Amino acid sequence: MDTGISPGSVGIVTPQTAKFSEPVRLKCGAAVDEYELVYETYGTLNAGRTNAVLACHALNAAHHVAGHYADDPDNVGWWDNMIGPGKPVDTNRFFVVGVNNLGGCHGSTGPKSINPKTGKPWGSDFPVVTVEDWVATQARLADYLGIGRFAAVMGGSLGAMQALQWAVSYPQRVRHALLIACTPNLSAQNIAFNEVARQAIITDPDFHGGHYYEHHARPTRGLRVARMVGHITYLSDDEMASKFGRQLKHGRIQYSFEPEFEIESYLRHQGRRFSEYFDANTYLRITKVLDYFDPAFEHGGDLARALAPAAAGFLVISFTTDWRFSSERSREIVKALLHNRRDVTYAEIDAPHGHDAFLLDDARYHRLVAAYFDRIGVDVAV
Amino acid sequence: MRNSNGIQRADFAAIADWVHPGSRVLDLGCGDGTLLQYLTRKRGVTGYGVEIDDGSVLACVSNGVNVIQGDLERGLSDFEDRSFDYVVLSQTLQAVRNSERIIGEMLRVGREGIVTFPNFGYWRNRLHVLAGHMPVSENLPYQWFETPNIHLCTITDFEDFCREHGVRILERIVIRNGGAVMFLPNLLGSLAVYRFQRA
Repeated sequence: MDTGISPGSVGIVTPQTAKFSEPVRLKCGAAVDEYELVYETYGTLNAGRTNAVLACHALNAAHHVAGHYADDPDNVGWWDNMIGPGKPVDTNRFFVVGVNNLGGCHGSTGPKSINPKTGKPWGSDFPVVTVEDWVATQARLADYLGIGRFAAVMGGSLGAMQALQWAVSYPQRVRHALLIACTPNLSAQNIAFNEVARQAIITDPDFHGGHYYEHHARPTRGLRVARMVGHITYLSDDEMASKFGRQLKHGRIQYSFEPEFEIESYLRHQGRRFSEYFDANTYLRITKVLDYFDPAFEHGGDLARALAPAAAGFLVISFTTDWRFSSERSREIVKALLHNRRDVTYAEIDAPHGHDAFLLDDARYHRLVAAYFDRIGVDVAV
Repeated sequence: MRNSNGIQRADFAAIADWVHPGSRVLDLGCGDGTLLQYLTRKRGVTGYGVEIDDGSVLACVSNGVNVIQGDLERGLSDFEDRSFDYVVLSQTLQAVRNSERIIGEMLRVGREGIVTFPNFGYWRNRLHVLAGHMPVSENLPYQWFETPNIHLCTITDFEDFCREHGVRILERIVIRNGGAVMFLPNLLGSLAVYRFQRA
């Protein structure tokens, strides 16, 4: 009999929707009066409600963190190698929540949702959101699910920023924060890449000032280029060299502008696939979420002061070949936590994959997370 | 760099005797975190280990010890001046490339430093050399071609070093077979433990 459960998988999962009718005031000053968040859960919340873990998504993912759908078995969650029975985040012990953030395009209220005031899609009128806004709305989801305090909030990249913000915004609601491939803020170079992506989208003739839904159009060309630019920054130079090198598709130079090098067709493929399912307005907003994240900004650039309220235990992990959010950036966070005398462990994983390493199978990385979760398990008695 | 065997517990006990209850300790080259665990249990200290090796970092996580992965040879730039009561370098001094710099860093970050090292002047080691061989013993368990120990010294050498580098020795204990050696320590002691500060 096929149970639909492969070893180590949480099996078939079903997304759920939480409706919130109390307005949320956003950092930009705008308010969203009512909204929905789509989420998934894996494992069981224990009687003491002590074993909940929030897994925060990065730029291009959503609430589908682990398992697969009954009607779409190939659609496997983005952190399925990390979360499941017997996996580093063991769903036999922990209750894991994944949520599509506000402004997203996977079912939570966002630019392509209907604005109740106009009866039309929000489009460009959907406000610009921030990591703080996401964390505030995730906290409401936690209330809705009856979770007072998370055993851990974790994420990679932009997900790690949310975990850090959780520790600062809600110190009493986070026992442990796992910050993987994180940075305390984006560098000028990081922002520059985001701006290229935004310009690609905004200057696409199908963008229509962000109201493309009404024109039954989608700025897929812009979104493709945006994704291609982004993807370059996720991989290391070495990884690209070993995966593609200067390999030619047709074995010889064609003197044309069709994709000739393997890396060109790979990027085009990535861009095309992404543009088919991702919403351009969401992409624009998420790049802004990244750009604006800077907890030290309101403390005169003093990160240690910004992180002073945090009371969680921290596991900070960086990857040596990550040039997008380099190890030095993670060390800035570690230094600030050391200054505040917080419990912190820092590991630098020598992995070849660049920024994307946080999503990939790496035994040293996964063993570390598993060992840390064993400790968390002791803390919360599961 | 260090594994926890019976011999090394002897220097752990000496260190535990010295550190004040509830103090802040940074353990350089902390291995699997055994010393910090021991000091936490015995003295209620808080602190961190620094370790370069992946396996040891993992062991620290399993042992519930805060560890910062990093290379001692690159200094202690993650740590602020005077942010610890004690900075410990247990059985690692002899394997560090720039011994002078690491002692300097220890006294920048900590109010006091504690080092332990195998005494090269121990009579058995001298006997090995007299017999024409590099010493191999319980405190120096490596063959010459595989040893990480590049800066071995004697008790006399270390004390000369301290005098010349403005380091004031506060306390010393020399150990053999787990017991303190009072008589002719540079000849009869196999392991030296020092507590020191800036002069």
